[in-house]
Amino acid sequence: MNLVAEVDRQRILDRVKSSGAYHRLLAFSGLLVLMIGFSLASPNFLQTANVINILQATSVNGVLAVAATIVIISGGIDLSVGTLMTFCSVMAGVFLTYWGLPIFVGVPLAIVVGTCCGTVTGLLIAKLKIPPFIATLGMMLIYRGMSLAICAAKPIYFNSTPGFTDISTGTIVGAVIPEIPVPNGVLILFLVSMLVAFVLGRTILGRFIFAMGSNEEALRLSGVNSDQWKIAVYSLAGAVCGVAGILIASRINSAQPSIGQGYELDAIAAVVIGGTSLSGGRGTMLGTMIGALIISVVANGLRILSVPQEWQIVVTGTIIIVAVYTDILRHRATV
Amino acid sequence: MINRRTLISLVTAATVLGSTGIAFAADKPYIAFICKGFQHQFWQAVKSGTEQAAKKFNVDVTFEGPDGEGAVDRQLDMLSAALAKHPAAIAIAAIDSQATVPLLQRAKDAGIKVIAFDSGVASDIPLTTASTDNLASAALAADKMAEKIGGEGKIAIVSFDQTSQTGIERRDGFVNQIKAKYPKIKIVDIQYGGGDHLQSAEITKTMLLAHPDLKGIFGTNEGAAIGVAIGKKEAHSNIVVIGYDSGAEQIADVKDGTIAGAITQNPVGIGFESVKAAVDAVNGKSLPKHIDTGFYWYDKTNIDDPKIAADLYN
Repeated sequence: MNLVAEVDRQRILDRVKSSGAYHRLLAFSGLLVLMIGFSLASPNFLQTANVINILQATSVNGVLAVAATIVIISGGIDLSVGTLMTFCSVMAGVFLTYWGLPIFVGVPLAIVVGTCCGTVTGLLIAKLKIPPFIATLGMMLIYRGMSLAICAAKPIYFNSTPGFTDISTGTIVGAVIPEIPVPNGVLILFLVSMLVAFVLGRTILGRFIFAMGSNEEALRLSGVNSDQWKIAVYSLAGAVCGVAGILIASRINSAQPSIGQGYELDAIAAVVIGGTSLSGGRGTMLGTMIGALIISVVANGLRILSVPQEWQIVVTGTIIIVAVYTDILRHRATV
Repeated sequence: MINRRTLISLVTAATVLGSTGIAFAADKPYIAFICKGFQHQFWQAVKSGTEQAAKKFNVDVTFEGPDGEGAVDRQLDMLSAALAKHPAAIAIAAIDSQATVPLLQRAKDAGIKVIAFDSGVASDIPLTTASTDNLASAALAADKMAEKIGGEGKIAIVSFDQTSQTGIERRDGFVNQIKAKYPKIKIVDIQYGGGDHLQSAEITKTMLLAHPDLKGIFGTNEGAAIGVAIGKKEAHSNIVVIGYDSGAEQIADVKDGTIAGAITQNPVGIGFESVKAAVDAVNGKSLPKHIDTGFYWYDKTNIDDPKIAADLYN
């Protein structure tokens, strides 16, 4: 009797461990520990206004991390998410400010630009067989240069498009419940991550993304046109970067051609902290969201505690290493 | 395995809780400084100015900025975190002159005094702006360039960026002065090296190849000026280099003549004056709309002059 119970317990434990739920649990408890620690340390941390600050700080990096998650699960890497975001925000500036298109045309067009850029990256990787690291590194620079060239290296402001800043900073939630004015940017992050989680978990594209990441050769040998799906992966990621471009532009009411470099690393950090494997084939949207939140909570919390900035950077680095190490431990335990 | 992980979480938690000790005493007025970029020596000099003033006026000061210059949204996150700490005053060097305005309005509404330093904000919320007059200082650089090359010939500019207010004003201040006063001098090229030493050096070497009769180059900040000097040395050229800001390397280059001379701002003064202005604002005193923190020309001859030396930082 006891033995049976013990075996059952072991089996359940194994299943929990191998299902990635374990890592998410770990990441989530890490997030909780951090939040409890910071709120004990400073009364200013857990105020509604500050929690909203944290959520808002997560919105752009969160959306970029969604894009990075898709690509990383498929076994690739995308270094161009940050500057593609910038490029899309610049294109939004061109559509709305230079050409004077209405919001409901200009904004979707900017997202279409992101999608097309993603398709180009996908073509480079799938058809020309350029390794993702190199292809996206090249694209990263191309987007940066194009952004600077298109707006003649000056920020494009959206002052002539009333309502544009509401996309990110307005609050539909606050209109219903005035006590918690969660900015729309956070809502958009939530919607985007739900949508992509649905794609990953419930559609054929999602199934192929995971299959591609685990064993691309096997996928190809079973008669699937993996090139075509790979292009789809990068196009989807590009569309998500387009959304990030709109979010950041509407938050700062301008398209800044020089921002975006380094953002890809924060996005990848969020993905990794959330338990998605850099070798592809496994990962979840929920994990990535927790990872992105951990990054913002740490940044915000250390600022609230007035920790010198040098040490803020050290702590962030440490957390990434600890998170990946726990992931390795888990992997070793299950394989 | 679980134990090891539990240990890791405990250590992390302990570290976080341990850092509580850093939280400051609540009785002194607290002023939050947000600058444009954290790593640059210039900002570290501003920071040391704020620290001196904090001691003198008995206030608490924190000093932060995005890791990379140009990260507008990161700066907004820092600003909103600073607001959550309910400071007596906030001092900001805005990367974008418009983006910070809504948050600064929130600060104003909450009774927090707002001071701008280094760069202006496109709004009347800041009670004052403590900064260098970039246009005038770059014009002085143009005068010195004209003097050194004998009033005629081809020159070029290596700038650090084409988007920031400072970058634009230094370029335009120089260009306008040359156009207005020195018709025989022609600016043949303006390039941007991101303030990166190596990139600016490569640009310089290319310029020297493209224009063999080039007589001088103006490097518009510390990184650009050092880069131009490196390029000049590597190409064994003898053009006139005019720099901007200081730093150990640039000072050494001025001393050995690689750089003919440079403009220095007064970063320590910017930090000090901003704290002073914030303290005055908290105490209800009225402030002038602009506090000019000054700039100086320095070269081999006056680099050790105590008045100049105080404004040079390593």
